[in-house]
Amino acid sequence: MRKFIRYFFGITLTLIAAFSFTTLILLLSGASPLAAYYHILKGSLGSWIKFAHVIAAWIPLTLCACGLLYTFRIGLWNIGIEGQMMMGAVFTTYALRLGIESHHPALFLVLSFAAGLIGGGIWALITGFLKTKAGVNEIFAGLGLNFVAQGIILWLIFGPWKRPGIASMSGTALFPPQLWMPYFSSIRLSPVALSFALIAVILTALMLRYTRIGLSLRAIGNNSHAAYLFGLKPGRYMLLAMVFAGGFAGLAGSIQVTGVYHRLLPAISSNYGYLALLVVMLANYNVWIVPAVALFFACLNVGSIQLPMMLRLDSSLSGVIQGALVLATLAVHAWQIRIKHEKWVN
Amino acid sequence: MRISLQNIHKHYGSVKANDGVTIMVEPGKIYGILGENGAGKSTLMKILAGYTQQTSGTILMDDSPVNYRSSAQASSLGIGMLYQDPLDFPSLSVLDNFMLGQMNGIAKPLSLSFLGWGSAVHFRKKFEQIADYLNFSLQPDDSVKSLTIGERQQLEILRLLSQGTQILILDEPTTGISGIQKEILFNALRELASEGKSIILVSHKLEDVESLCNKVTVLRQGMVTGEMDKPFDTSHLLEMMFGPPPVSLSRLRVRSEINLHFQGLSHPHGKARGERIASYLTDEQRSHAEWIGASRCEVISERALSTVHGKDVLVMIKVSAPGERTGLRNCNIVIRQGEVVGLAGLEGSGQGVFLRIAAGLKIPSSGEVHLQGIKTNGKNYHKFKQMRVSFLPGSRLEGGLISGLSIAEHFALQDNRKGFFVRWTDAFEKAKKRIKSFRIMGTPESLVESLSGGNQQRLLLSFLPEDPILLLLENPTRGLDIETAYRFWQHLHKYCEDNTAIVFSSSELDEIFMAADRVLVFFDGIIIKDVKTSETDVHELALAITGKL
Repeated sequence: MRKFIRYFFGITLTLIAAFSFTTLILLLSGASPLAAYYHILKGSLGSWIKFAHVIAAWIPLTLCACGLLYTFRIGLWNIGIEGQMMMGAVFTTYALRLGIESHHPALFLVLSFAAGLIGGGIWALITGFLKTKAGVNEIFAGLGLNFVAQGIILWLIFGPWKRPGIASMSGTALFPPQLWMPYFSSIRLSPVALSFALIAVILTALMLRYTRIGLSLRAIGNNSHAAYLFGLKPGRYMLLAMVFAGGFAGLAGSIQVTGVYHRLLPAISSNYGYLALLVVMLANYNVWIVPAVALFFACLNVGSIQLPMMLRLDSSLSGVIQGALVLATLAVHAWQIRIKHEKWVN
Repeated sequence: MRISLQNIHKHYGSVKANDGVTIMVEPGKIYGILGENGAGKSTLMKILAGYTQQTSGTILMDDSPVNYRSSAQASSLGIGMLYQDPLDFPSLSVLDNFMLGQMNGIAKPLSLSFLGWGSAVHFRKKFEQIADYLNFSLQPDDSVKSLTIGERQQLEILRLLSQGTQILILDEPTTGISGIQKEILFNALRELASEGKSIILVSHKLEDVESLCNKVTVLRQGMVTGEMDKPFDTSHLLEMMFGPPPVSLSRLRVRSEINLHFQGLSHPHGKARGERIASYLTDEQRSHAEWIGASRCEVISERALSTVHGKDVLVMIKVSAPGERTGLRNCNIVIRQGEVVGLAGLEGSGQGVFLRIAAGLKIPSSGEVHLQGIKTNGKNYHKFKQMRVSFLPGSRLEGGLISGLSIAEHFALQDNRKGFFVRWTDAFEKAKKRIKSFRIMGTPESLVESLSGGNQQRLLLSFLPEDPILLLLENPTRGLDIETAYRFWQHLHKYCEDNTAIVFSSSELDEIFMAADRVLVFFDGIIIKDVKTSETDVHELALAITGKL
């Protein structure tokens, strides 16, 4: 009970801190904070269609966050998740291009998901090998590979996969509708994508709680030296965690192509990878809190699209709120630990 | 400059690192501070150097009290300390390191000169002058990375001297440096003393202290146990360091009598004699005898009767490896089945490296390691583990246990049956059983970091496999109360009956005499003594520990 109260107290304090900061920013820019929050709320939950947009953002965000849980468990900062998502999208596009003339589009759709998984996984494995074999920090390796992945996408869009006639930043040519993921036409939401995300959450929860892999990841993350003495091989598990993270991110990239944009775009990842890092931290690395935080972040992202039209504010306000939230969480958490420590000392 | 430390106390919680120490330092003399690990030498010197502050007591400088709160203040008063690990910047050059801390921004006119180039010339001259005077062969343009520990010490000494140090404190300077470098260092120190500087040498090496110092102060358990001027009486110094021999000797005698006693018990004719000896013991000795004897009786009596040695378990041939400052050098050793071997020596003299090589955690740079007749060079710890070698590291929370995981989770990790899912019910069952049999205060759900030190140690002990061939334990009973330590050894000695060999390091000679059949004394990375515990005594071991044979 006391633990719950402390947790609730921490959350309240975090929200107050984050929203005071954002309010201050809004006041400084001369806008009405209340109006801004209202439009974000209305823009995200105001109608079923808008909510469907929120869910469309929630799906890749949740998939990436689930993948990150594996790498965070073992103590890796998989910032390369962004590039892993992009490579998932690239591999998916490749598979779908093969299926344009085919008479079995469903087969190529399924194949494209597998390709996405593999693409993200390979990209993550490169980071993993650099980390375990060459001693390159996974943050630098991941960040570097993000740029490489972005470069590959641009090269493909302006080179080999360019639109017939003219290459443009708006991406490759649209795929024929039979290669689109099936969706509810009224709200343009794919049940397949949604079930992928839900399965990912449940699978991750089970993996981390009930399997030896989950326990080993946690053991190595907490004390890799002692884990080695217990007979675990930290390097191997790091690669495994990277493959899981890359696979989930690749699937997210895959869904962006088949379910949302139906083509390859330069901004195919929409920064969902980076955002997922914040989601996981804010969820305190807890798999059951991840979906809720991801939903909140998706609301902010979709809701803030309204801001430029209604209030002439830039839509990056959602980023300000998200960033402020994470910083406030970390600050409040550190503060609570310090108080606990001081109590313990006295 | 004369410095006197008066009635210095330093308390860390309930631990008294210094408990009323009074020391006087005159100019032009070389002082030695002797003592075992944890005697309070380093704490006292850190107080003198301003690195930490005393709980109570005063420091007088030329009879007037001084109060400094940082090492920068102490160094401005002329007190400089050479720490065990040199405080330098490996990526900079020797000259850069020398200049650091001396160029106080733009306050000094010399460093005002364009781009500081002029001051570099000035410092280069100064550097070469002092280095020459002390016969140090350092080159100002070398990078610090390429220097040996001895050369890095020389650099540090040069820097301290050019800052105007009058009182130079050296903390274990001769550990890990070559004989020639030691000679150069000692000559330099004598030279400095002859021009009126005071030198304080903190060491556990009798040989060094005796050859260099004019006066020695011995610390034990935070207190001064004695002082002595040159020439030194070695056995008297040892007595001051390790405590008066009567205590240890009486324990020893008890032990040998126990030996007789229990040997006697297993022989029908000797039984009466054994009982007679027991009746001579005082009550205190008898209770002592009981707790040593209970754990030892079976093992001692069995082994004393049979002269047949077990098979070789671990053989090392000319093994060398770096690490722990001294590393391990040219180690030749055979460990046999059923043997209990104690590793004595001051901390960091090579015992840790030895244990880690034997566990497969460290790969020797040369030499051969054989385990049960199989050459194991290049095999890793997991292979050793499969060959039933177990290692218990000294630091529990860093090395042995995983904080954030519960007791049950630790048992789940060790379940080496194949399978995708964790067998949680089995893990909880096992945890419950072990918690009970090892008397751990906790539940299967308890996080290991919430356990007390003794409970953590018992938990580690409960992880030991059923049938190891070789148990390697690093300071296994450190921080345990005597009751727990006794049960610990009682449990371990059971292993020996099944021909397990046990190798453990300990800083307590008492424990080694109590638990081991054989003792290896480490000094400066070399095993300088290898003897049965029944054929040696505390005095002889204490001499070996300090490097004298």
